[in-house]
Amino acid sequence: MAQSSALPAEQYNFDIVRRFMIVAMVYGVLGMAVGLYIACELAWPFLNFDIPAITFGRLRPVHTSLVIFGFGGSALFATSYYIVQRTCQARLAFPWLAEFTFWGWTGGVALGVITYMAGFSQGKEYAEFEWPLDIAITVVWVCYILVYVETVRRRSQPHIYVANWFFMAFLLAVALLHIFNNISVPSGLLKSYSIYPGVQDAMIQWWYGHNAVGFFLTAAFLGMMYYFVPKQAGRPVYSYRLSIIHFWALIFLYMWAGGHHLHWTALPDWVSTLSATFSILLLMPSWGGMINGIMTLSGAWDKLRSDPIMLFLITSLSFYGMSTFEGPLMSLKSVNALSHYTDWTIGHVHSGALGWVALVSFGSFYHLMPRLYETRMYSQTLIYVHFWLATIGIVLYITSMWIAGIGQGLMLRGFDDYGNLAYTFIETVEFMHTPYIWRALGGAFFVAGALVMVYNMVMTVRAARIERVALEAKLAAKLAKA
Amino acid sequence: MFDWLLWFTHMENSKPLALVLFFGAFCGVLIYVFTGKQRAKRLESYKYIPLDDEEPRPEPHDFARDDPRARIATQSRKVMDNER
Repeated sequence: MAQSSALPAEQYNFDIVRRFMIVAMVYGVLGMAVGLYIACELAWPFLNFDIPAITFGRLRPVHTSLVIFGFGGSALFATSYYIVQRTCQARLAFPWLAEFTFWGWTGGVALGVITYMAGFSQGKEYAEFEWPLDIAITVVWVCYILVYVETVRRRSQPHIYVANWFFMAFLLAVALLHIFNNISVPSGLLKSYSIYPGVQDAMIQWWYGHNAVGFFLTAAFLGMMYYFVPKQAGRPVYSYRLSIIHFWALIFLYMWAGGHHLHWTALPDWVSTLSATFSILLLMPSWGGMINGIMTLSGAWDKLRSDPIMLFLITSLSFYGMSTFEGPLMSLKSVNALSHYTDWTIGHVHSGALGWVALVSFGSFYHLMPRLYETRMYSQTLIYVHFWLATIGIVLYITSMWIAGIGQGLMLRGFDDYGNLAYTFIETVEFMHTPYIWRALGGAFFVAGALVMVYNMVMTVRAARIERVALEAKLAAKLAKA
Repeated sequence: MFDWLLWFTHMENSKPLALVLFFGAFCGVLIYVFTGKQRAKRLESYKYIPLDDEEPRPEPHDFARDDPRARIATQSRKVMDNER
């Protein structure tokens, strides 16, 4: 195996990793705070204040874009740039292009958020950016691919570690999804119309939407998991061969599952049945990956008692297992007839987004921060505080959404003996008011945890700077004596 | 001459064909991964790649022993990858 005697900070480009990580935390806190605000708007609608820019309809894409692309995307840039360098033992290729990806991505997300608040949107879920921003994002993404693939090509390590496979699948798939879903005819600077008519547009949109979950929020974060779980545990992944099967099965099966978002619609029945079938099959690679990650701790479970970062990583895998069981369940046509168009879907998304994506990112950040700044975390206790705030927040969130969603679904499908609807729409809204308050409380816990993390990180960086200044002063004093 | 290509345009033909091809490919991956002792050993050896990059805490080089700047620089890194 190739080994270098140089210190990592000298051998690798960590500056870009640091910056993406900081931006991820900033966008994360902003996006989660906006999510909390719109959760409160749903519980207490007066919070709209009749200001168009802060109504639920405009702030909802602000929330999703900030947390998925701002937080999740930046976290992926940071960790993928770190992992590719460490596992390929090669410095990041094209530093100026990597620099461009930082400014392009950060600026693109900021501009997107501003346009949403001004009322400009394509109206496609998770793809609301209007066409000029779509083109800009495509350019940034192609640069990202060039940097990543060229770094892999320059590797000192003969084998490409499995985390990089997941990242490369993510890079390729997201490029395809983004380009094909956003092909549209512009009719102005910030207005366009999709080229796909009717149900085809819906099918392409949910091919995109589900694979955004599959490749952006799953495959890429699995790449993160396959590096940081073994690193933090100090032991190799449970089975490398299982990771190979996990990779091929997951990337093949995900591509077909999008149609389950359109059960009982104008979509041909065979397409939605095929999608449901693939969704059920997806359970196997998903759980294979989860088991592979969790079993990495086999023989070292005591680390969960002493290492809060390990708690984040292993709990994230548990939520991954839970949400990848719930997803196939909800893709069944009979279950979907109840769950679709209800808040159960929102709860499911957040068990994956908060439980899996956010927790694995937080764990990775806590692993990375001391290494990037050559210091120790300011407070281990605050990491525990963050973990419990986040975990309690997620549990409150998803249980309240189960109650709201399943209750809502049952009420919308309730009939009396004469075949009339048993409940009016407003009765379902009244029923959901209390779970909405609990959901907002869960969100508040989660945001509070994120703020604790930011405080801990800021104090860590400050301590690192003070240590560095002290070291330099000591050095200067010694040199003066010599 | 190319009429046989029309066979693929019928869904009742192309769907089972795709199933056979993809399922065959998946079985091929399974067989490749889980057969052969040497191959298994080689594949499993790759799982140590993240840990191979552990950087040992650098000891001061000979040249550094009398040079405070070099000694401090080589001792300044605080956290190892196998540490919390």
